[in-house]
Amino acid sequence: MTTRHRLVVVGAGMASGRALEHIFAKAPGQYEVTLFGAEPRGNYSRLMLSPVLAGEKTFEEAVTHDAAWYARHGVRTRFGEHVTAIDRHRKLVISRGGETPYDTLVIATGSAPFILPIAGKELPGVLAFRDLDDVEAMIAVASRPGTSAVVIGGGLLGLEAAAALRLRGMAVTVIHAAEHLMNRQLDAVAGRMLQRAFEDRGIEVLCNAQTAAIVGHGKAEAVVLDDGRLCPADIVVMAVGIRPETRIATDAGIHVERGIVVDDQMRTSDPHIFALGECVEHNGVCYGLVAPLYDMAEVLADTLAGRAASFQPVETATQLKVTGISIYSAGDFASRDGHEEIVLQDEEGGVYKRLVLQDDRIVGAVLYGETGDGPWFFDLLKQRTPTADKRNMLVFGQAYQGSAPMDPMEAVAASLVNRHTCNGLLNSATKRAA
Amino acid sequence: MIAQSSTTTVKTTCPYCGVGCGVLATPQADGSVAISGDPDHPANFGRLCSKGSALGETLSLDGRLLHPEINGRRTDWDEALDLVAAKFRAAIDEYGPNSVAIYGSGQLLTEDYYVANKLMKGFVGSANIDTNSRLCMASSVAGHKRAFGSDTVPGNYEDLELADLIVLVGSNLAWCHPVLYQRIAAAKASRPDMRVVVIDPRRTATADIADLHLPIQSDGDSALFVGLLAHLSRNGFADQRFVDQHTSGAEAALMVAEDWPLERVAAASGAPAEDIARFYEWFAATEKAVTVYSQGVNQSAAGTDKVNAIINCHLLTGRIGRRGMGPFSVTGQPNAMGGREVGGLANMLAAHMDFTEEAIERVGRFWGTSSVATKPGLKAVDLFAAMARGEIKAVWIMATNPVDSMPDADGVRAALRACPFVVVSDMNARTDTAVEAHVRLPAAGWGEKEGTVTNSERRLSRQRPFLALPGDARPDWWIIKEVAQRLGFRAAFRYSSPAEIFAEHVALSAFENDGKRDFDLSGLVGADYASIAPTQWPVRGKPMARMFGDGDFFTPDRKARFVPVAPPPVIPTSPGSLVLNTGRVRDHWHTMTRTGKAARLSAHYAEPFVEINPADASRFNIRGATLARVGNGQGSAILRAIVTDRQPRGQLFVPMHWTDQFSSNGRIDALVRSKTDPVSGQPALKMAQCHIEPVRVRLYGFFVSAQPPKLTGLYWAVAQTMGGTRGELAWFDEPADWEAWLRTSFDLPPAARMRSLVDERSGRRSYAVLEGGRLILALYASPDPVIVSRQWATELLHAEGLSASAVLAGRPGAYMPDKGAIVCSCFSVGANTIAAAIAGEGCDTVEAVGRCTKAGTNCGSCRPEIRRIIERVHVAVG
Repeated sequence: MTTRHRLVVVGAGMASGRALEHIFAKAPGQYEVTLFGAEPRGNYSRLMLSPVLAGEKTFEEAVTHDAAWYARHGVRTRFGEHVTAIDRHRKLVISRGGETPYDTLVIATGSAPFILPIAGKELPGVLAFRDLDDVEAMIAVASRPGTSAVVIGGGLLGLEAAAALRLRGMAVTVIHAAEHLMNRQLDAVAGRMLQRAFEDRGIEVLCNAQTAAIVGHGKAEAVVLDDGRLCPADIVVMAVGIRPETRIATDAGIHVERGIVVDDQMRTSDPHIFALGECVEHNGVCYGLVAPLYDMAEVLADTLAGRAASFQPVETATQLKVTGISIYSAGDFASRDGHEEIVLQDEEGGVYKRLVLQDDRIVGAVLYGETGDGPWFFDLLKQRTPTADKRNMLVFGQAYQGSAPMDPMEAVAASLVNRHTCNGLLNSATKRAA
Repeated sequence: MIAQSSTTTVKTTCPYCGVGCGVLATPQADGSVAISGDPDHPANFGRLCSKGSALGETLSLDGRLLHPEINGRRTDWDEALDLVAAKFRAAIDEYGPNSVAIYGSGQLLTEDYYVANKLMKGFVGSANIDTNSRLCMASSVAGHKRAFGSDTVPGNYEDLELADLIVLVGSNLAWCHPVLYQRIAAAKASRPDMRVVVIDPRRTATADIADLHLPIQSDGDSALFVGLLAHLSRNGFADQRFVDQHTSGAEAALMVAEDWPLERVAAASGAPAEDIARFYEWFAATEKAVTVYSQGVNQSAAGTDKVNAIINCHLLTGRIGRRGMGPFSVTGQPNAMGGREVGGLANMLAAHMDFTEEAIERVGRFWGTSSVATKPGLKAVDLFAAMARGEIKAVWIMATNPVDSMPDADGVRAALRACPFVVVSDMNARTDTAVEAHVRLPAAGWGEKEGTVTNSERRLSRQRPFLALPGDARPDWWIIKEVAQRLGFRAAFRYSSPAEIFAEHVALSAFENDGKRDFDLSGLVGADYASIAPTQWPVRGKPMARMFGDGDFFTPDRKARFVPVAPPPVIPTSPGSLVLNTGRVRDHWHTMTRTGKAARLSAHYAEPFVEINPADASRFNIRGATLARVGNGQGSAILRAIVTDRQPRGQLFVPMHWTDQFSSNGRIDALVRSKTDPVSGQPALKMAQCHIEPVRVRLYGFFVSAQPPKLTGLYWAVAQTMGGTRGELAWFDEPADWEAWLRTSFDLPPAARMRSLVDERSGRRSYAVLEGGRLILALYASPDPVIVSRQWATELLHAEGLSASAVLAGRPGAYMPDKGAIVCSCFSVGANTIAAAIAGEGCDTVEAVGRCTKAGTNCGSCRPEIRRIIERVHVAVG
């Protein structure tokens, strides 16, 4: 019996959890795994933190891998234990618990919330929305009656937090620096509709609002805007973005730009060290959505299993997880030369759909209100499917494709006296008989 | 809301075509009226066509003229009648009796007609009273009179069921006289040996039951029947005894006909020689043969000759006036025959008497007047020509719409505008003619007035009222007699009821008749007007079902006349020109003043169209479903192009129904020249020369709207639908501001929020306005003809809980099948539903389809179309 290959994984997030599943499936018995996690708990879905915060789901439902799973796969778990350094020469990692040697190291340290460099950012009550600890801190304040929250950042994460806190009964204000909410995923119309939906829930939304400082006596009490406006706050949630968590890689002399630079196989500048997830940078791009992270996980597993695989970044779609509000956004929806738009606008009815096409193919989509066809549009986008034959019904989605094919003649003339109608009938009848 | 006079069932007569079906009308508690066929009426025995079945939908007061108007100002009857009388009196006094005229209608009841005719011919002293029957029947009248010495239809409807051969000439019976078509179809089903020959340039719906269809060129029927006469004679099929004893002129007619051997007939008619030969053989070999003819024969510059060419063949074979045989003119209007009976045409005097000295004297004595007109007046085309020249100083138009239905329709409009005083009495406030009037008089309509009509088989039937008179509306006879009295003819026009008028009409028909005149109602003297049952004239002792079986005609020598007929030379069309044929569709009638109010009827064809053969379409670059401009030196129309091989090459077909009230450029009779038959004066409405070209359209549009729109500056056609209006549009320039255009055109409230789909690049856009989940407006625009299921879209108007997406898509999603173009108007069954029943449920007969979908089980007008769908599906599946 040969000694098994030692695989050390730093970081117990969604990417590493998925990677381990693939590794055990693709290279069964090949690796002896040690899993470090900074949080005192195993892998869970960060995506589920919003419903947990909202009280719609329990944390248990968010857990993706439990103790039994780790045991079954022989994973040595080192949760609650920070890895402070990597010794690449000795091929080991250093933590509070000592040194842990590796044959192969995987860095999956994820990202850290970006904290605005403003006065008062260190005050108690200023929180990120990153992990279960943040959630529990927010819930603790929200459970007191008459409390208020300011969420800085009207992006995906901030809005999910705002909606959840509102559901918890807090008075909530969203402060957003850009002109409209979710400006990276939505255009102005959809952003405006989204704002109205939030306002309808009693959430105050301030766009074009720059935060100047957080003030309070010994704890956060209000947010001050640069125009002097004051927003009272028992908690301030910073949700203005994330940055890749790269410190241990930088310290170890691994090539790091914005994130830890990896090649198509997820390999860092050190051939024994791999990285994946929000902490990496691939071809100059850092990723924050779950779909590409899962792709990375599969590529990493293939690589470690000795199979050829390479990470091909694909377009990603975004969905806001706020109950009662449906948003779907994908691709490049900027108005620019060569872009053609199909726009369905029903602000009163809360529906907005904008497809952006280039060279007869979908390159971007923004859906608000009716998002059921989002995945279908996204698929057409990813597959670069020509749409000329379905353009007329495209925006209405899949249910309208292939139904009741219509001849213009049949449409305008009720008459059955013409061949065109006749052909239309033949077609449908033949199909039914077949 | 319709005012009711009772809730009991009333036996009355349909106001549409000349079949004259009995109708049972039962006002309902909710103000509607239930309509069904009268099982006891000999015309229809309970059947009704799609138009008749939908009569209840046409009774609303929307668009009705309810009060007299002078120059658009509402007034009372006294002022209006005084003015009409004063203007007519002034014209007569200053310019003579021939400076005034009445232009009437085959929709007037016999009593109305009688009073109008008596006023003009007996008291004004001019025969300037003509009617729209001139456009419909005049050549048949003239042909009958030349052959029989009287305007007599020899046979009856039963003959259509008894015949072994039915020849339909220039008659799309399936759509224009559907109940007669149904009777023939039923007879043919029970006696499969019965043959039907259809002679028509178009492969019409009627051709679907034909054993033989002869696709002739326009007016090719003349050569066809001249050749038939020669064939019958040459091959020994003449009934020599009948010819010798009861006819004259056979030799001369045959001498002309002998120059028309089969090859020449084939060349002149355009039909294949072998098919003509087969038709000749069948006709020769079949004693019981009925030749049914209608507008295709009559509306021709050679119409009278064609009528006689047909009658000649029946005279030569002695096949007339006996069971199951004879020439049979079917009329287009409910009371064209009644009009002819009273003499309501400019070239007749009264009661089938002409302007002979003897008749003038007799009628003058009967009426108690010495001012009887002594010579024929101006026939319709000549009347409007004289008006254009300024010779008519006052005209009174009753119940008809010459601005749309006359040839040179734009010229007619100009003539009315040139006429110093125009009176229109009509049910409708706005017709293309009524809007030209100085005085508009509100006439009572069907269901409100009572009187009699006569159908194509000489059968008098009562129209009876079941609704109260709305507003100030009055029956036409009342309006006319009031004017007559104001003109100073008090004693002769002291009528207080239609019964009195009818009694006088009966008396005149019998007056010094003694069997000398065919029109004789002496058997009805003293009859109880209220209870007169449908009765065929002549009624001497008892009603006569058939005439001339005994060989006794109404010429001076009591013999029928052969008329030598030389087929007209084929009129060469100039290069790039096509022959324009006009006609009718199944579910509309005349200028849509009545059928246009019925949603069910407006669904079959919702837009004026032109049918063109595929070869011509490609030659002239016309794509199906696009818009085409049909025009000539006289006018032009914009029409939806339907490319179909049912239409022969070199010929276009355009329906005559559409007016400025329903479309922007649909008045096809503006293109027809005022060429008339030299004998009858009937215009050749089915043979104009024209050209066709694609219309350069920027955007096509389609809408359904809860409110009627106000559309200008673009192509439009609107049709009534359940709960609103549907319409077709075309823009020649795109609106700069769509929302503003929509708000103006559809009169949307400022609060109305627009929902939209815009694809700037393709140019496609849709707009929807909803209110509480109900549709106010849906509009679809596209650079190509809009691909939106019209049927589906119109049903949105009564849907609830609509989402914008569902409307803007313009068609149902996969979960909601599109029933397709409506085939069965009665049950609103679409082509797709029927095709599904055939292919999916195995319904392979019209009856089976009916059991499965109800289609075709009420009026049956759509049964030819269902049969055609069955054939198609079977071809496809087999």
